[in-house]
Amino acid sequence: MTNGAATLGTRVAEGGTSLLLRGVKKAFGDVKAVDGVDLEVLRGECFGLLGPNGAGKTTTIEICEGLTEPDAGTVELLGLNWRANAGELRQRIGIQLQETQFPDKLTVEETLRLFRSFFKRGISVDESIKTAQLEEKRGARVGGLSGGQKQRLAMATALVGDPELLFLDEPTTGLDPQARRHLWDLVDELKHAGRTIILTTHYMDEAERLCDRVAIMDHGKVIALGTPNELIASIGGEDIVEFAVVESIDSPVPKAGSPPHGPGPVRWDPGPGAPVAHGSVDEAMLLGIPGVKSHRVDAGLHQLAVSETHTVVPRIFTALTEHGLHLSEFRTHSATLEDVFVRLTGRNLRDE
Amino acid sequence: MNKLELSSLYQLTMVRFRLFLREPEAIFWIFIFPILLAVGLGIAFRNRPADVLQVGATTTQLMQALAADKGLTAVTVDEAAGTHSLATGQILLLAIQRPDGVVYKYDDTNPDARTARLVADRAVQAAAGRHDAVRAANELVHETGARYIDFVVPGLLGMNLMGSAMWGLGFSIVEARQKKLLKRMVASPMPKWQYLAAFLLSRLVMLLIEVAVFLTFTRVVFGVPFRGSLVELGILCLMTSLAFSALGLLTASRARTTEAVSGLMNLVMLPMWILSGIFFSASRFPALIQPFVRALPLTAAIDAIRGNMLQGMSMSQQTAPVTILLAWVVVPFAVSLKIFRWR
Repeated sequence: MTNGAATLGTRVAEGGTSLLLRGVKKAFGDVKAVDGVDLEVLRGECFGLLGPNGAGKTTTIEICEGLTEPDAGTVELLGLNWRANAGELRQRIGIQLQETQFPDKLTVEETLRLFRSFFKRGISVDESIKTAQLEEKRGARVGGLSGGQKQRLAMATALVGDPELLFLDEPTTGLDPQARRHLWDLVDELKHAGRTIILTTHYMDEAERLCDRVAIMDHGKVIALGTPNELIASIGGEDIVEFAVVESIDSPVPKAGSPPHGPGPVRWDPGPGAPVAHGSVDEAMLLGIPGVKSHRVDAGLHQLAVSETHTVVPRIFTALTEHGLHLSEFRTHSATLEDVFVRLTGRNLRDE
Repeated sequence: MNKLELSSLYQLTMVRFRLFLREPEAIFWIFIFPILLAVGLGIAFRNRPADVLQVGATTTQLMQALAADKGLTAVTVDEAAGTHSLATGQILLLAIQRPDGVVYKYDDTNPDARTARLVADRAVQAAAGRHDAVRAANELVHETGARYIDFVVPGLLGMNLMGSAMWGLGFSIVEARQKKLLKRMVASPMPKWQYLAAFLLSRLVMLLIEVAVFLTFTRVVFGVPFRGSLVELGILCLMTSLAFSALGLLTASRARTTEAVSGLMNLVMLPMWILSGIFFSASRFPALIQPFVRALPLTAAIDAIRGNMLQGMSMSQQTAPVTILLAWVVVPFAVSLKIFRWR
């Protein structure tokens, strides 16, 4: 056994595999929503499917949940499959779907009593209300709940059957920051209680915060898989430097075709026919700076992946000054899963 | 929690009741509206003592001749004013004295005006000295069960059973589908048949209340007769409700939005509102479309209920409408269970 496996040792020994996908494919007409996905989720793990809208996350999770039939591939949950053991699987998993609207005129408690009645065994309605922190809203109609409370109710309906495997599809989409953090705390509690959780999200901070392991999806394929730290380390640069420049603050005449520069951040835009040699940012020049690993421009914002930030940053300043460029924006941050996605696809997560 | 509360069928049925009772509009349409309609129609078509008809005459002499008949009240007007009164409906007939006799001016497509013509002529001829050739006397009968209200109550009952079953099932199901609640339900271990059975169970209880309230009201207020077996009347109402539940389910089995299903349901119900004999006998329609009219579930339901209530017929005497109704229970259920979209 290697060291890496040893750290996971207890978990593996206890449980083994909760979910196994092999070569799963699903097309809707010409669109390959899921195009050959292999995944393995261990018992007790919180596993995230991260990707932009339309990457195939929801289709993948719905295949796992037995709501969508895959065109090809095998799906195994808790050692069972949907074809032979649907009844048993429904009893043993908990599901929270995107966009479920529970009847407005039922109360929280009535809704949970209804869902509890579907399961042979599970936790009590009181306990599910307590876990979802909806005690004060127990007798309130669903129609009067806030977005975060509705989402916690959806979570509670997934928990009443005391599931071994919990699926959460975009649990925090559309919530305000406070409600999101509230829901994260709830997921944390479930994790610590040892439940296996599979969630989808297009928020990288959510995946980083909640997930033990993450699969990044794009165009129906898994393009990266690992712990958040492994994935961030895999793109090489430890930090990201972002900056924007103006050509020269002395330049008296605004270029034809560009709006006059107002105060605030200014985008660097050479415009048609603008002199390129002088004053423009030269990619080769940036990549020539020791410690700079990569460069890309997104809407006038230059992004550099760098190592040893403290020595690289002064060199960047010097180089830009030598070329007669002045900074309008400059910041550095540690690489995130967002940067991993950008590096792998050349696009931002939220572009879509 | 006791055992009943742990039963999913019980919970699903209770949810249906709760959602229904918390929707005041639905309660109005199902319980109050048919009673209001029956009251309105009962007042409009109440059996009044034989109408006294308003007529006009151009001379005082003619007016007196007309007024001598108990069935007429007459006024003296000149021809121009009389023609205007005729056009505005103040009088039904204008008797005009001409040198060579009397001319009656009236609208022959209006039954009351035709009656006025007969009565007026009889009065004029009698005043002129005509005698009846045969002696005649009247014996008046006001039979319960032959009145318009007796005819229309089974029609309203059928219409109400159609509306409550179709909307109750169709709209709720599509709303749940649109809100992704249906998908959430099938993602849980809920037995699918129980979801539909809960609709039928709650419908059954509602049906009892709905029918009992309406029929008791019409019985007490209008004295509408129940000549057939009450048990069979109950069975007929149940079959009617099941047939329209099945049709509602079929209408809702594919639709994705409540707008779509509303349109679809109106489309399904519209021919029946017109053709199925709610307010007048369906046999008034041409023979050519009679087979179609007879095959409609509402026609069959209303025919059977009328046969039971007004003529005291047993179900065995009404095999045709009962069979048609049964077919409307079985076929739409079978089809919709096949094509039902659970997500």
